[in-house]
Amino acid sequence: MQAVLEHSPPAGATVRTTKRTGFLLLSPSALILLVWSIVPLVMTLWYSLQNYNLVDPTLHGFAGIDNYWYLLTDPDFLHALLNTLVLVAGVLLISIGGGTLLAVLYDQEFFGRGIARIMVISPFFIMPTVSALLWKNLMLHPIYGVYSAMMRAVGLTPIDWLARFPLMTVMMIVAWEWLPFAVLILLTAVQSLDGEQREAARMDGAGPIARFRYIILPHLGRAISVVVMIETIYLLTIFAEISVTTAGGPGVASTNLAYLIYSRALLQFDVGGASAGGVVAIVIANIVAIFLVRAVARNLEA
Amino acid sequence: MALKTKTSTRIGVTILGWGIALWLFFPIFWMILTSFKSEVQAISTPPKLFFMPTLSSYAEVFERANYWHFALNTVIVSVGATAIAIALAVPAAYSMAFMPSKRTRGTLLWMLSTRMLPPVGVLVPIYILARNTHLLDTCTGLAIVDMLTNLPIIVWMLYTFFREVPAPILEAGRMDGATRWQEMTLVLLPLALPGIASTALLSLILCWNEAFWSLNLTSSHAAPLTAFIASFSSPEGLFFGKLSAASTLAVAPILVFGWISQKQLVRGLTFGAVK
Repeated sequence: MQAVLEHSPPAGATVRTTKRTGFLLLSPSALILLVWSIVPLVMTLWYSLQNYNLVDPTLHGFAGIDNYWYLLTDPDFLHALLNTLVLVAGVLLISIGGGTLLAVLYDQEFFGRGIARIMVISPFFIMPTVSALLWKNLMLHPIYGVYSAMMRAVGLTPIDWLARFPLMTVMMIVAWEWLPFAVLILLTAVQSLDGEQREAARMDGAGPIARFRYIILPHLGRAISVVVMIETIYLLTIFAEISVTTAGGPGVASTNLAYLIYSRALLQFDVGGASAGGVVAIVIANIVAIFLVRAVARNLEA
Repeated sequence: MALKTKTSTRIGVTILGWGIALWLFFPIFWMILTSFKSEVQAISTPPKLFFMPTLSSYAEVFERANYWHFALNTVIVSVGATAIAIALAVPAAYSMAFMPSKRTRGTLLWMLSTRMLPPVGVLVPIYILARNTHLLDTCTGLAIVDMLTNLPIIVWMLYTFFREVPAPILEAGRMDGATRWQEMTLVLLPLALPGIASTALLSLILCWNEAFWSLNLTSSHAAPLTAFIASFSSPEGLFFGKLSAASTLAVAPILVFGWISQKQLVRGLTFGAVK
């Protein structure tokens, strides 16, 4: 941590006051985050061990691990868990892979590049409910959607994407929202690459693929880890896109953990069961976080 | 790209660059286009690219739903959450950047890790807490939750910005008798203003588009634009003209805002972390 060395506090008697001031300035943020991260967590844990249904007051009392047992043996839960992982992994793959290629593409100079770039990053500014409805109706509607019209124009039968491939379609909609974010970050990283270094490699006869593989790609490591961290936080909780397009269906085909917990808690009013699902979601997020925080910690040190 | 590129490559890159841009932007373009169609034109098959534009869909949206009510809620929540978060984060980031201790790095990572707590995990307690404190379906309640979810990222970004400010400048101010408060407000803030601006910008965009808490914690009184659009999903789903007009109204402010400020935004998102 270079910065720590640079800004090391002055020696002597002022150290203690500096420490105290530092602590005082930090404490408001730290305190509310502490409360924010602990109180709901404890409450979730507590509820998850209770029989607690908002519409059935007769059912109450300690449930032990019943809620967990009920949840973990529920095939819907396993399905939702798998769907969550597929969604996160799929969107990350598309946005990192596509984002890297597009970053290299939009780093090239061509006519109207500035406008093209703005168009590419635009979907990032669209709110999830809008992009979900936009794709569901205007683009993919089996009768009136533009994509269906295009398929008919070339002699194919339009597909009801959200009914036939619900999870894949939701993944594509979410990827459309997050690919621009990856492009935004990765493009900046590519552009910050030393031009001379690239020219030198070019002079030495390195082809475009070799330049990409040995010069650009290694340089992108930190940017990619930033994209992975920020996107994972959001992708673990994809909700609006599912709620608006498929409502988790057909069946549980496009239900992820977020949607499952929502439907248990606010549609079926089963607070205990939903809380058990919440605890499981937290455990999964923490497993992911251990890896991610490590990657970010490396970045903070550099 | 100082060296000559082959003309064929240049043309290929241009076509590819524009092709992908148009394809990714097409849904937004089509949404704006459809918003100016009548309902009949909106569902004509094959879809029409050229037509007589009309404002009837907009008129109907304004007539049926109180757009300004939802828009105002969104603005109140986004601006409120961002302002409070920045006010809390500036001292914290200042302390971490200029008065670091052994625990600074750990604190920062811990703050980030609170962001990893998935909202669904705490949906039930937050819902019940909001209900019991009468903050359910209020702008205050939603703004507090948005503020808390964004605070770690804001502290992190401000920290990376503040670290770029050379400590000797601040020390010089202190030598001249400036208090900590003066040092922070008179010396640091002006220097770090671009960074603070881009942090606030990102927070505004994230709050504006936040859907999970908006959909779960509000119903009518405090419902923001994200919820307004979701209400179009079932009964009016097939009225493409109205749906498009409502959607265009909901995204237009932040889209234009994003276009204008994208350079700033990239700086904010990448400064320190990606160079």
